[in-house]
Amino acid sequence: MIHSLFLINSSGDIFLEKHWKSVVSRSVCDYFFEAQERATEAENVPPVIPTPHHYLLSVYRHKIFFVAVIQTEVPPLFVIEFLHRVVDTFQDYFGVCSEPVIKDNVVVVYEVLEEMLDNGFPLATESNILKELIKPPTILRTVVNTITGSTNVGDQLPTGQLSVVPWRRTGVKYTNNEAYFDVVEEIDAIIDKSGSTITAEIQGVIDACVKLTGMPDLTLSFMNPRLLDDVSFHPCVRFKRWESERILSFIPPDGNFRLLSYHVSAQNLVAIPVYVKHNISFRDSTSLGRFEITVGPKQTMGKTIEGVIVTSQMPKGVLNMSLSPSQGTHTFDPVTKMLSWDVGKINPQKLPSLKGTVSLQAGASRPDENPTINLQFKIQQLAISGLNPPLFAKEDWP
Amino acid sequence: MSSNSFAYNEQSGGGEATELGQEATSTISPSGAFGLFSSDLKKNEDLKQMLESNKDSAKLDAMKRIVGMIAKGKNASELFPAVVKNVASKNIEIKKLVYVYLVRYAEEQQDLALLSISTFQRALKDPNQLIRASALRVLSSIRVPIIVPIMMLAIKEAAADLSPYVRKNAAHAIQKLYSLDPEQKEMLIEVIEKLLKDKSILVAGSVVMAFEEVCPDRIDLIHKNYRKLCNLLVDVEEWGQVVIIHMLTRYARTQFVSPWREDDGLEDNEKSFYDSDDEQKEKTDKRKKPYTMDPDHRLLIRNTKPLLQSRNAAVVMAVAQLYWHISPKSEAGIISKSLVRLLRSNREVQYIVLQNIATMSIQRKGMFEPYLKSFYVRSTDPTMIKTLKLEILTNLANEANISTLLREFQTYVKSQDKQFAAATIQTIGRCATNISEVTDTCLSGLVCLLSNRDEIVVAESVVVIKKLLQMQPAQHGEIIKHMAKLLDSITVPVARASILWLIGENCERVPKIAPDVLRKMAKSFTSEDDLVKLQILNLGAKLYLTNSKQTKLLTQYILNLGKYDQNYDIRDRTRFIRQLIVPNEKSGALSKYAKKIFLAQKPAPLLESPFKDRDHFQLGTLSHTLNAKAAGYLELSNWPEVAPDPSVRNVEVIDLAKEWTPAGKAKNENPTKKFYSESEEEEDSSDSSSDSGSESGSESGEEDEEGDSSEDSSEDSSSEPESESGHQSDTENRRAAKRNSKTKGKGDSKDGKKENEKSKTSDSSNAESSSVEESSSDSESESESESESESRKVTKEKEKKAKQDRNRLATDASLLDLDDFNPVSTPVALPTPALSPSLIADLEGLNLSTSSSVISVSTPVFVPMKTHVLLHRMSGKGLAAHYSFPRQPCIFGDKMVSVQITLNNTTDKKIENIHIREKKLPIGMQMHVFNPIESLEPEGSITVSMGIDFCDSTQTASFQLCTKDDCFSVNIQPPVGELLLPVAMSEKDFKKEQEFHG
Repeated sequence: MIHSLFLINSSGDIFLEKHWKSVVSRSVCDYFFEAQERATEAENVPPVIPTPHHYLLSVYRHKIFFVAVIQTEVPPLFVIEFLHRVVDTFQDYFGVCSEPVIKDNVVVVYEVLEEMLDNGFPLATESNILKELIKPPTILRTVVNTITGSTNVGDQLPTGQLSVVPWRRTGVKYTNNEAYFDVVEEIDAIIDKSGSTITAEIQGVIDACVKLTGMPDLTLSFMNPRLLDDVSFHPCVRFKRWESERILSFIPPDGNFRLLSYHVSAQNLVAIPVYVKHNISFRDSTSLGRFEITVGPKQTMGKTIEGVIVTSQMPKGVLNMSLSPSQGTHTFDPVTKMLSWDVGKINPQKLPSLKGTVSLQAGASRPDENPTINLQFKIQQLAISGLNPPLFAKEDWP
Repeated sequence: MSSNSFAYNEQSGGGEATELGQEATSTISPSGAFGLFSSDLKKNEDLKQMLESNKDSAKLDAMKRIVGMIAKGKNASELFPAVVKNVASKNIEIKKLVYVYLVRYAEEQQDLALLSISTFQRALKDPNQLIRASALRVLSSIRVPIIVPIMMLAIKEAAADLSPYVRKNAAHAIQKLYSLDPEQKEMLIEVIEKLLKDKSILVAGSVVMAFEEVCPDRIDLIHKNYRKLCNLLVDVEEWGQVVIIHMLTRYARTQFVSPWREDDGLEDNEKSFYDSDDEQKEKTDKRKKPYTMDPDHRLLIRNTKPLLQSRNAAVVMAVAQLYWHISPKSEAGIISKSLVRLLRSNREVQYIVLQNIATMSIQRKGMFEPYLKSFYVRSTDPTMIKTLKLEILTNLANEANISTLLREFQTYVKSQDKQFAAATIQTIGRCATNISEVTDTCLSGLVCLLSNRDEIVVAESVVVIKKLLQMQPAQHGEIIKHMAKLLDSITVPVARASILWLIGENCERVPKIAPDVLRKMAKSFTSEDDLVKLQILNLGAKLYLTNSKQTKLLTQYILNLGKYDQNYDIRDRTRFIRQLIVPNEKSGALSKYAKKIFLAQKPAPLLESPFKDRDHFQLGTLSHTLNAKAAGYLELSNWPEVAPDPSVRNVEVIDLAKEWTPAGKAKNENPTKKFYSESEEEEDSSDSSSDSGSESGSESGEEDEEGDSSEDSSEDSSSEPESESGHQSDTENRRAAKRNSKTKGKGDSKDGKKENEKSKTSDSSNAESSSVEESSSDSESESESESESESRKVTKEKEKKAKQDRNRLATDASLLDLDDFNPVSTPVALPTPALSPSLIADLEGLNLSTSSSVISVSTPVFVPMKTHVLLHRMSGKGLAAHYSFPRQPCIFGDKMVSVQITLNNTTDKKIENIHIREKKLPIGMQMHVFNPIESLEPEGSITVSMGIDFCDSTQTASFQLCTKDDCFSVNIQPPVGELLLPVAMSEKDFKKEQEFHG
């Protein structure tokens, strides 16, 4: 399956390579570089690139290309999903996944990769198992290791892999047993310029942090499970129980994990909690344009809107912008023509606005379309879908 | 290979040095070679010293640095001798890093690598399973051909290892050995065959992977393991699931007949639904051979469904393609929701999923129509995602949604991503051709775009308009005139060429403009693009033929220009046209037809989806993504006309008993049971496996005894029936019950659960009846993953144990529902399992040896008075019918269950000629009807008995109860408990059985 893995940074250097079968020359990446050049933008590099003897499947995350080399037919999603799992594992191990961090921990990275694949077929991808095999580096452990000469590699080989609960390590002990569940909902909407919603959908996840002793078996039920009609689960959740009773029953992995993610489709009407008023106009006669946007809350059920960030890709003809925000900070990058305004909290009494003029390239014709505005925001303690938090969590464990 | 591996030594002098290094190692005088490493010399010398030191920490540091070098792609091969010495290090981390090094360089330094082999061979015998496994892993990863026999031996041994983890590694090693030495194929297939029989979820994925790599054509190896794989699927780790599903898809396409018929919508269960309707029934009868799905086919489809909710996109995609390729078309719809959910994933996942949806949406529009809005383009999408979404939107467009879509497209056209805007215009063109209602709207919209300020947009519009006009050329003179004007401003060659072609084609409709355009073009001919030049020539030729008076000279001028053009294509075309249109002596008969040749009616181009031809690739494969056959792609065969013998998948009981005993009982009997167990159980079970193996012979002897005795001793009364074999038929029943309960819907199962709980609390007085209830409710709320093979296993245990077992089976699918199925310790709801008649027949087949009879069928100690309504008096026009199970051996046949039917006449008239007609029974079921009753007096009642062979299932027996004037459709569904026969056996025998079956 997966022959080799190359890690390539944004400047096109291969800074790590790992082979699971016979060594594949790194010159194979030249095909990738060609494709990268053609694509102009990093995110437009095709995920699957055929070369005469190999196929290159890549994912792009954290400004690093993870390029897998394969030789024979394999479901492309298999490889892509695995590469994402690799990135997630690195993030889990080192907190961040970046070139310097990977370079610093190259031995751990190598050991982890060695365990994740055998002959190109995934072997251990559960972070619980991996962490038992190879302990993640912490400052304390590094200090201890240098003094005592002990190592990152677990001397006890994990037993979890042998059990039917491969996601949970055994022998977990806590003095304080606790479990936290975090419901995060993302709303994704397209709104036309008159303010009406074209499509909106909600993507939600329930992340959990479970620190419980032994082999706990949890059940979780919802007030209104009917909302969750399209769900995907962590492998620990028992499908049948959910099918028949709409109850989540599972033996959780130890630590942080994503219990489930759900999708509330566009059919259900979604009330968007924010609105944007805009007044952007370019005039043909002068090379100046007017620009004004205001952000305001709408149907927030009394919750504050935080972390508002407005970004907008300006047309190519725009030379510069002189704007003044009523709150927050804004930047305009004259090269990429990207305007970004970090608003912060919205105060309903004094709505934040950004006003000013746009200077266009002299002689250039008026851009024929107003730019798209992207708006990001956060609201704490509010589930847009109306999903009530879990009704109760019953815990049975010895 | 090795030359390959040297190619990238980009470090200074690396390539050269390695070669020398290799030379040096072959003469075993490495020190000589090191002299050449002027730059690396010091560092490597230093590393060598560290490796040779006594301190582990120094060694570790050295190894870490070496691994760092490997990771960066630097050559570290000259350190091989120093590193390989440490292969037996006690320190685990050093050992691991040495392994990493070995696997990387052993291929290049084969002789030295051999030094390490003995260490691994020793480790292969280690008592710790993990050490055995890792030794096998490294040993098989060292690609040294000399050790092939050693590897072969190691794999064979590991494949028989007691630890499933070691067996898993053996499965991986098979692929490695195969790629090293394909000659070993035959031997490896033997190992694969053996491992395929393994029932551990750990092994399943890996061995199927090995199967796919080594012998994907040996589909015969799968037969016996098919049902097991289907049933294990939910619990296999996610990567294994993907591989298994892909393999089973191929398997299903060779073994089952196509479920795709015109009357696809009618499924088995739906058919029974229609049974009540007379006419419908006749129709079904008339159909020669109604399609019935092979239960194994159904099993696969059913068992993969929950995996649509996997978090792993690859698994979801694998299930989706399985449904697409092998399920009835009416059922494939459920995959669309899951696929749409994947669109919220990473860009790469989106890319692949959208490609697959694009292919699907061409063939079956309806599947994705409800999700139209999910394919709307977002400004943040990368261009490749945008174009794929556009593709899907085009495929989904129809009369109903086109207006919404066009509005959406209007926004896209204005996008700043010009490549995307151009793609949108193409899309509009395709919509216009596909949906005739909007052709005019689209055309006018595109004409508006001609005045757009962006040249790319205009050019693309021109090209699309050209295609559209070609399809309905008659009435669009105005547009052509407008486009002719554009020639002055537009510079994109394709667009100019398109306009010229269009004018040429329609030169008779715009007689004034065409010559003028030609004049302008003649002026600028030399500076035009080649593409445009060719079209100028064409235009000239066409005008020459239609309007030679005005354009003769112009055309000749252009032809002259073309004659001396730099491009040979143009020179060629010029010569060709001149010969054809300019009459001279030499020109033959062809020039007479010049006009016909140039101005022939040209067929309009078909605007087709680029995904049209991808459907011959299996979805979700690399080949599909690339639209080209990738190496190792396995073609999905067409459905066979006639299904191959389905009995090859049957797993015989005897086989089974022999097979599963040596491999450890707990795990094999019921793989999911391990869910509860810690890993030690693994060891335990394998310990005890040896003695249970020795017993298996005598065991099977007893089994047939039991069969014999239970057959004849029906009258033998005994206190408590104790046989777990009831439990088997039970499971079978359950399986069937599920099929039935499907029609009932989910609500049913919930009720069943409640009932279940109720019955537990009920007191012992009605223990019997409640247990019946319970078992039936069980069967409904039951999970779907019991295996057929399991149901065949003959096990006998005490009641309580039986109960527990049933619980275990219940948890089989939902893994661990202990809170619901706590083993009942009080003897409240003891079920009375018994051998059902057909099971006895099964057991008869097991005659192997003789020993004393130990089991006898006992009469029921309690017969409930409970009756079930067969026909209510309201719906039976006064005729009421009730049925009950008397729990007596049926006189009509030993496979039948006796049913008593009580008929009541509640009318004030005589009911005449009551009889049964139109039996509509599932395959295999039989029914012995009662003799017609001539008449039933008002207020009279009569009890008749009949026998039904339910085939040990809770399938419904439907038939018609008829009187002289009317017919009523009725059905009988037996509770599971009524299918069982109580038997008695001695405690000793029971224990023996218990031991045997764990």
